[in-house]
Amino acid sequence: MTKGKKIISYTFLSIVSLLSIFPLYWMVIAATNKSVDVSRGTMLPGMELINNFKNLVASQNVLNAMTNSFKYAIAMTVLSLAICSLAGYGFEIFHDRGKDMVMSVILLAMMVPFAATMIPLYQLFSKAHLLNSTAGFILPMISTPFLIMLFRQSARSFPHDIIEAARMDGLNEFQIFYKMFFPTMRSTYAAAMTITFMNAWNSYLWPKVIMSDTKSATMPMLVANLTEGYVTDYGMLMLSVVFCTIPTIVIFFLLQKSFAEGITGAVK
Amino acid sequence: MSGPNKKLTLSRKQNLSGWAFLTPAAILIAAMSFYPMFRALILSFKTGVGLNMKWAGTYNYVRMFQDAVFMQALKNNFIYLIFQVPIMLVLALVLASLLNNKDLRFKGFFRTAIFLPCATSLVSYAVIFRSLFAVDGLINTVLINTGLLSTGYNFLGHATSARIIIILALIWRWTGYNMVFYLSGLQNIEYSIYEAAKIDGASPWQVFWKMTVPLLRPTILLTAIMSTNGTLQLFDESVNLTNGGPANATITMSHYIYNMSFKYVPNFGYAAAMSYLILILVAVLAFLQMKAGDKRD
Repeated sequence: MTKGKKIISYTFLSIVSLLSIFPLYWMVIAATNKSVDVSRGTMLPGMELINNFKNLVASQNVLNAMTNSFKYAIAMTVLSLAICSLAGYGFEIFHDRGKDMVMSVILLAMMVPFAATMIPLYQLFSKAHLLNSTAGFILPMISTPFLIMLFRQSARSFPHDIIEAARMDGLNEFQIFYKMFFPTMRSTYAAAMTITFMNAWNSYLWPKVIMSDTKSATMPMLVANLTEGYVTDYGMLMLSVVFCTIPTIVIFFLLQKSFAEGITGAVK
Repeated sequence: MSGPNKKLTLSRKQNLSGWAFLTPAAILIAAMSFYPMFRALILSFKTGVGLNMKWAGTYNYVRMFQDAVFMQALKNNFIYLIFQVPIMLVLALVLASLLNNKDLRFKGFFRTAIFLPCATSLVSYAVIFRSLFAVDGLINTVLINTGLLSTGYNFLGHATSARIIIILALIWRWTGYNMVFYLSGLQNIEYSIYEAAKIDGASPWQVFWKMTVPLLRPTILLTAIMSTNGTLQLFDESVNLTNGGPANATITMSHYIYNMSFKYVPNFGYAAAMSYLILILVAVLAFLQMKAGDKRD
């Protein structure tokens, strides 16, 4: 690279990086300042974190919403990974014409917009008394074509010799999956875990539809509620946004590397 | 069916365990996607409130094209689609090809920084952008302090600026996500062919359009379909950034469908018909993109 091109590359990447980080930096700054100072455009951390926290806890049941969000997201991640990895493995390792056909039908489900299934699902779940429940939250999203495809793709790189050898040793098909496939595909599981946890934590439309009871509300619902008044307390609002963001950011930093590896496997 | 004492042949046994592996997932998708989709189709030909539903033929489908708000929502979704998706995908491609340079330093930092917005929830970033562009928000404060404005401009209160902010926010949230897909795609391309092109005297511009873009074609197709699909289903941003306003200038189809089903007097039949238009649009656009992307087949 010539020197001029280098300067352009670094400048461009730096500006984009800065723009990407800035709103998140501002969120943290705002959470530690008084609402008036946030409006005045302060760019430095303030001393109001504890006051904002007190105001937030006094007006909203944050602990309850955090607990709910964790409960729903963890339940969904565990079940979704188990069911979709079993399916992805099954579709690839035992593939034949019948199963390939089922797979292409499943892929069609990717095209179904949520708006088109939302109303019948709501009617169905209210009849089955699943409104305001964990099962109601997770059922429509446990099995996703994307995750099945991700695991099918990773099963493609799983050596058939291992499976044959394990069969000789007398392991049954499920034991082979559990003892051989599961431990070797850590990065795929990590990628799937990141995606699923984030999707579950961040989902908004479906919980808004079925969680009519404030006791069952999620963190994103709580944040959205805070913006509904006429006067916005920016310090308190941004603190709630911080709480809503920390879990996904932590997961992202912990699993960033495996996430990229897992996606690489899927794009291949 | 074989009797209890008859042993299953090995291949038949494996075939059956294959089905056992995939059945739970397949049943869930059938029950949670295809069955409700079918129910929505039936619902879309009915009208009425609650349990009092009557057949209405194509009434709902005719009605939506005469519904000014829905037509506005449809138009809004297409404005977002036409401006946001191409800008974002080109930006993501440029960033990915810059980051795919072996001599580049601080690569890890740039990649993490640009991907970071994806870790924020949709509601969170919508609220952050809403606060930044509020009349008493940071952007106005900066514009006033630098003398560019004398009083705060109501960015979210004017149709054009509100739409631009939604587009900007979407680009901010999703560029890094698409970049990761391109970076992964680029890693599967031998780096040596880039070196060879450089030795042959190809300009970076030529390398980008003549090599990177064609080699990444399958990944570009994937991201184009995913973001088109996502844009046609926008909900969180419309609700939390602008609340559909001013005067429905930013409302999306999903937002209007939600209002029609759960906010106003529920009209499930009409809402289902509108949701079927989204379904048809998603399918048609994905089909067209696959046709355009698969020229060689």
